[in-house]
Amino acid sequence: MSPAEQEASPAPSMRVTAADPVESRRAGRELPLPLVTAAFAALVLVLFAVSLGTGYAPLDWSVAIDQIVRGAEGIPALVLLELRLPRAILGAVVGFSLGLSGAALQGLSRNPLADPGVIGISGAAALGAVVAFYFGLSAAFPLALPLGGLVGAGIATALLLSLARRHVSTTGLILAGVAINSLAGALTALALNLSPSPYATLEIVYWLMGSLADTSLAHVKLAMPFIVLGSILTLAAGRALDALTLGEETATSLGFSMARTRILVVGGTAAMVGAAVSVAGAIGFVGLVVPYLARPLVGHRPGRVLLVSGLAGAALTLSADIVVRLIATRPELKLGVVTALVGAPFFLFLLLRLKDQSE
Amino acid sequence: MRPFRIAAAGIVVRRGRATLLDRAEVAARPGEIVALLGPNGAGKSTLLKVLAGLEPPAEGMVRLGGVPLGDVPRARLGREIAYLAQAGRIHWPMAVETLVGLGRLPHANDPQADAAAVERALAAADILHLRERITSTLSGGERMRVLLARALAVEAPVLLADEPLAALDPLHQLATMERLKAEAARGVAVVVVLHDLGFAARYARRVVLMRGGRVVAAGLPDAVLTADLLRAVYDVAVTRGEVAGLPVFVPDLITPAP
Repeated sequence: MSPAEQEASPAPSMRVTAADPVESRRAGRELPLPLVTAAFAALVLVLFAVSLGTGYAPLDWSVAIDQIVRGAEGIPALVLLELRLPRAILGAVVGFSLGLSGAALQGLSRNPLADPGVIGISGAAALGAVVAFYFGLSAAFPLALPLGGLVGAGIATALLLSLARRHVSTTGLILAGVAINSLAGALTALALNLSPSPYATLEIVYWLMGSLADTSLAHVKLAMPFIVLGSILTLAAGRALDALTLGEETATSLGFSMARTRILVVGGTAAMVGAAVSVAGAIGFVGLVVPYLARPLVGHRPGRVLLVSGLAGAALTLSADIVVRLIATRPELKLGVVTALVGAPFFLFLLLRLKDQSE
Repeated sequence: MRPFRIAAAGIVVRRGRATLLDRAEVAARPGEIVALLGPNGAGKSTLLKVLAGLEPPAEGMVRLGGVPLGDVPRARLGREIAYLAQAGRIHWPMAVETLVGLGRLPHANDPQADAAAVERALAAADILHLRERITSTLSGGERMRVLLARALAVEAPVLLADEPLAALDPLHQLATMERLKAEAARGVAVVVVLHDLGFAARYARRVVLMRGGRVVAAGLPDAVLTADLLRAVYDVAVTRGEVAGLPVFVPDLITPAP
């Protein structure tokens, strides 16, 4: 730092006294980021443990752990490893994916109403998975389902990106997302319409509602690489998303390539959402509600919202999945039903709030 | 800070069938303020974006310290050129201090250096008292000063400002011009789009007069800001005078000959 630079302060006569009445509307200072992150991480761990402890099959923990430690086989060890653990892991990573994706897409579009569902990625991923179902690909090889979801999500995001590059407004992009959603929905309905048997129809309908029931370690192994890769790509865009607060031109002038940022965010969220929807079906509104709640905790910095929003998404999804198992209905409530039941009214509330919050 | 000269020559920018810039040129040396002047749609903002590397020209070249802009990595451009957009928006309701801190994004993370730079920028734009305010509660003029501070926080050797005086009160118009002068005094090359002829005459080392995407005249303010040239560029009759030793320009409609 040169002495000349340190002198950079205005002449005292230029100083305006800070006595204006608006001064009282000060911002509350935000909590330190590591604290918020640690708090949510701890919450996720607790809910993960509660999820492990929740289930239909009775489980004697001491016996199960003893069997696992000794490498012995038995029902309690099976229940823990094959039923409870995959469900808890998927609850955490699917929720993380949805929360992180929502926050990243909102940062990219600079619109708090963007989420993987609203802009059509979830719908397209579901269609991809349903197509894989429909043509029997999922029976032929196990990777067909997540790959189908991934392809669906990828096509939708590529379409949105090509529009975004032509300087279509944010509203235009969301309308395009609505159109993609409708198209994906119609094609999914077509698959149901032409479905060879009522059992296949039922299977697709149930799957579409979103659920973590009947998931296995195989599902975890299938989804995990895409979710890890997608998270890394998306989190790498954090600083660029911060810069995007000032609009695309200024963000570019700060040294961030918008093309690279779009590829990171859209590629990353497509990988995560494609994998999440493929293993868990369409779980709505987590990606919309969670970033909205997380944003004020981190001072509205889009890059900082990412990780916190992912963790909060994991916490919310784990909680919802615990709730559907605690509420004793037969058949079990679908996870997607519960999140949409809570999320849709919240979405309306959000729209009303935004009206008086315009800049 | 390493000072840099920035220069654009033979710049042509086309948008569809329209030619936004037609062989335009401008250059700023370290330590000088160059003012871009001209009527609406003259191509001032486009030329500034070309200088910032935000608008790739169809023809012509921008050089930063002699190096073609296209050869400088984008991340390095972020540190060496600060760009203040016209009527810039703030998309999330952040604390002013956090927003100004975004100007430090191009730099390697050194929290102490960043905090010091933000402090200098807040003081320079006279917004120390607004540091904890949420940006969405600011007035238009206050927001302009916050965005100016954001650009100053980059502490780049080249500063490009597009109408930084818009929405500012007289005191802060003067304060902003004084700030640009102080930046130039410490070796920054400043290019600024202005609509105030008086400020251009007082503060700019050289002025560039544009119309229809072309540079009509460029040089010392006294040589360029003449009644004939201003009439040709702005389609108004401008009377130039001096009040209290300061240049004043009074525009009037051109009355048709009887």
